[in-house]
Amino acid sequence: MELSAFLLQVLNGLDKGSAYALIALGLTLIFGTLGVVNFAHGALFMIGAFCAVALQRILSISTITLDETKTDFLGNPLKIKTPIVEEWFGEATGQLLIDWSVPLAILLAIPVMMLIGFIMERGLIKHFYKRPHSDQILVTFGLAIVLAELIKAYYGANQISVPAPDMFIGSFDFGMLIGMAKGKLIYPYWRIVYFLFALLIIGLVFAFLQFTTFGMVVRAGMADRETVGLLGINIDKRFTIMFGIAASVAGVAGVMYTPINSPSYTMGMDFLVISFVVVVVGGMGSLGGAVLAGFILGILESFASMRVVIEAIPGINQVVIYLAAIVILLARPRGLLGRKGVMES
Amino acid sequence: MLGLSRSDLLMLLFVLFLVAAAPILLNPFPEASRFAQFNAGYPDLMQRFVIFAIFAVGFNILFGLTGYLSFGHAAFLGAGSYAGVWMLKLLTINVLPAIIVSTLVAGVFSLIIGYISLRRSGIYFSILTLAFAQMSFALAASVLTPITGGETGLQTALNDPRILDGASSGTGNIPAPALFGLEMRDSIQIDFGGWLWTFNVGYYLSAFILLVAFYLSIRIFRSPFGMMLKAIKSNNQRLSYTGINPRPYTLAAFVISGMYAGLAGGLMVAMDPLAGAERMQWTASGEVVLMVILGGVGSLVGPVLGAGLIKYAENIFSKINESLLTQWFAFMPEGLTDFMVTIVSPFVGKGWHLSLGLMFMLVVTFLPGGLIGGVTGLFGRIFGRRSKAQGE
Repeated sequence: MELSAFLLQVLNGLDKGSAYALIALGLTLIFGTLGVVNFAHGALFMIGAFCAVALQRILSISTITLDETKTDFLGNPLKIKTPIVEEWFGEATGQLLIDWSVPLAILLAIPVMMLIGFIMERGLIKHFYKRPHSDQILVTFGLAIVLAELIKAYYGANQISVPAPDMFIGSFDFGMLIGMAKGKLIYPYWRIVYFLFALLIIGLVFAFLQFTTFGMVVRAGMADRETVGLLGINIDKRFTIMFGIAASVAGVAGVMYTPINSPSYTMGMDFLVISFVVVVVGGMGSLGGAVLAGFILGILESFASMRVVIEAIPGINQVVIYLAAIVILLARPRGLLGRKGVMES
Repeated sequence: MLGLSRSDLLMLLFVLFLVAAAPILLNPFPEASRFAQFNAGYPDLMQRFVIFAIFAVGFNILFGLTGYLSFGHAAFLGAGSYAGVWMLKLLTINVLPAIIVSTLVAGVFSLIIGYISLRRSGIYFSILTLAFAQMSFALAASVLTPITGGETGLQTALNDPRILDGASSGTGNIPAPALFGLEMRDSIQIDFGGWLWTFNVGYYLSAFILLVAFYLSIRIFRSPFGMMLKAIKSNNQRLSYTGINPRPYTLAAFVISGMYAGLAGGLMVAMDPLAGAERMQWTASGEVVLMVILGGVGSLVGPVLGAGLIKYAENIFSKINESLLTQWFAFMPEGLTDFMVTIVSPFVGKGWHLSLGLMFMLVVTFLPGGLIGGVTGLFGRIFGRRSKAQGE
């Protein structure tokens, strides 16, 4: 196998791995803090993606003016659509805003997802702390269906394409950097952006937990909730905020993923199943494990999609993640970086 | 009688009555009335009621008794379906071998998957079963196309060998699955003063098998083996300390429930000889979990009721559309009609999954014991006794 082909698969695995890692990170945060298995997390990812769709629609709201001097092919006066943002901010700025709607949607997604997270935690999940895990799985599974159906009712069942900013359309030639022939190792710009963005978010979450007082308290609460409570700290409030943060992480992951894969209401469920596999492979409750397993499985999946591999083992691209999960779970019962005593009752 | 206690016998008779009279009970509205679309007494739907009831009753033996939540039981249903269609294609159009073989194939399949998955418990077990089922689904839809028919599905054809039936002539219609000459799709229709009752051969075959399956499940629940399974659910560790290895028991429960799933799959293709990969998808596994939860986990009748309710909702809710709603609410003042239609329409027709999700959430939140748990709790409160879940 050529080196360029090998590197290309590593790169291809990174963007999918990033999405897996971000969703799995949020799932693990929720599980580690609240002890709740959240099957609605894929739906949060999907809602994030639809925040991007919503913002794009909002920015494209236009006024229609009739231009009497020109006519269309039917002889009627030509209709000219002018987006309102262009009227407000001038043509150049307006165009720029519309072009950059996906990155801008992050600003929309964070508060929206925080809010959804708070409502979910306070309104529903709070009542399930003391119930068995199977009940938590089932109620959040029901919620996931409801959220997906609501999105479907409003946006329809089809995929909606949301383009990346013009600046990032096209591909970057990595091969040229390391002295390969032109066109050997090219990779779309937006996927590079997505990977860097994922690293940034993961870094931020870890830094937040590691270097702030708030994060320290949360980590203490994860280790021993009761003692932290006895010290007079309102740990429930902090955990609710962590739920909001986890929801936002899933949300922004969804926002940035829209140019890679046009969102539809089923994307939440599609990612959820794999994300759970990722979490379990990484080790329930281990943040580092979730990120690691996300990238490993993403890269593994893209290697399995290579033609050489498929010819050798037909169908491997469809099952490699599950196969890896089975092997890892049987060889390392607690996943890659799992701790003892989590979810083993 | 039949080795059952009095209350269990009553329960069995109750189910017997339900399934025997279903063609009449499920058609409460005359054909001409505007409520006729709420009638569920047509063969296709009734067959699905009982087949999914078998699936759910089997799933309950694993989930209800041992507490192991499998997210992969659809794989066994699918495996049973494929085996069934192959029997109809290769051996004979008689459904009996198809049903038996599909049960056995699912049994072997679940033995393999169960042996591996049961090395772990809790969510790890759920994820392992899910992984296996998703793998089966992906393989059935792609690589195994020669065996499974891929995305289009596997069905009987005119030029199938059918060794026992003699060589096919290559002309005429594709023979329909039958039981010693009685075609599954045959039915007798009785018009009873406006009510139309359909008594279908396939339905009564499935109903008979459901009764047998239900009877077996009662016997399992009441047996020492069933007690052992309940012990696994309530305290696995303590059971290990008494020197008993729980693994063979859970594996047996897993295989039994897998065979029930295979039986359901075999019956499905006996009614309609077509098997597709989507039967193995994880949403199908989720559906059976839902039926058991809705009816009442660990109760005997619960899964039967849950399966019926969900299949009913799926078929009836999904048929209601906006113009129909407008018709219903027409008696209200005009503005109110539009208002009601706008409010209700997202929950029916294509959006019936929304109602399903909501129902799911409500049941899990407020009725942890499912409908059976809720009803017995209510009775307990009315008659002032301590509520005692049925089947406990």
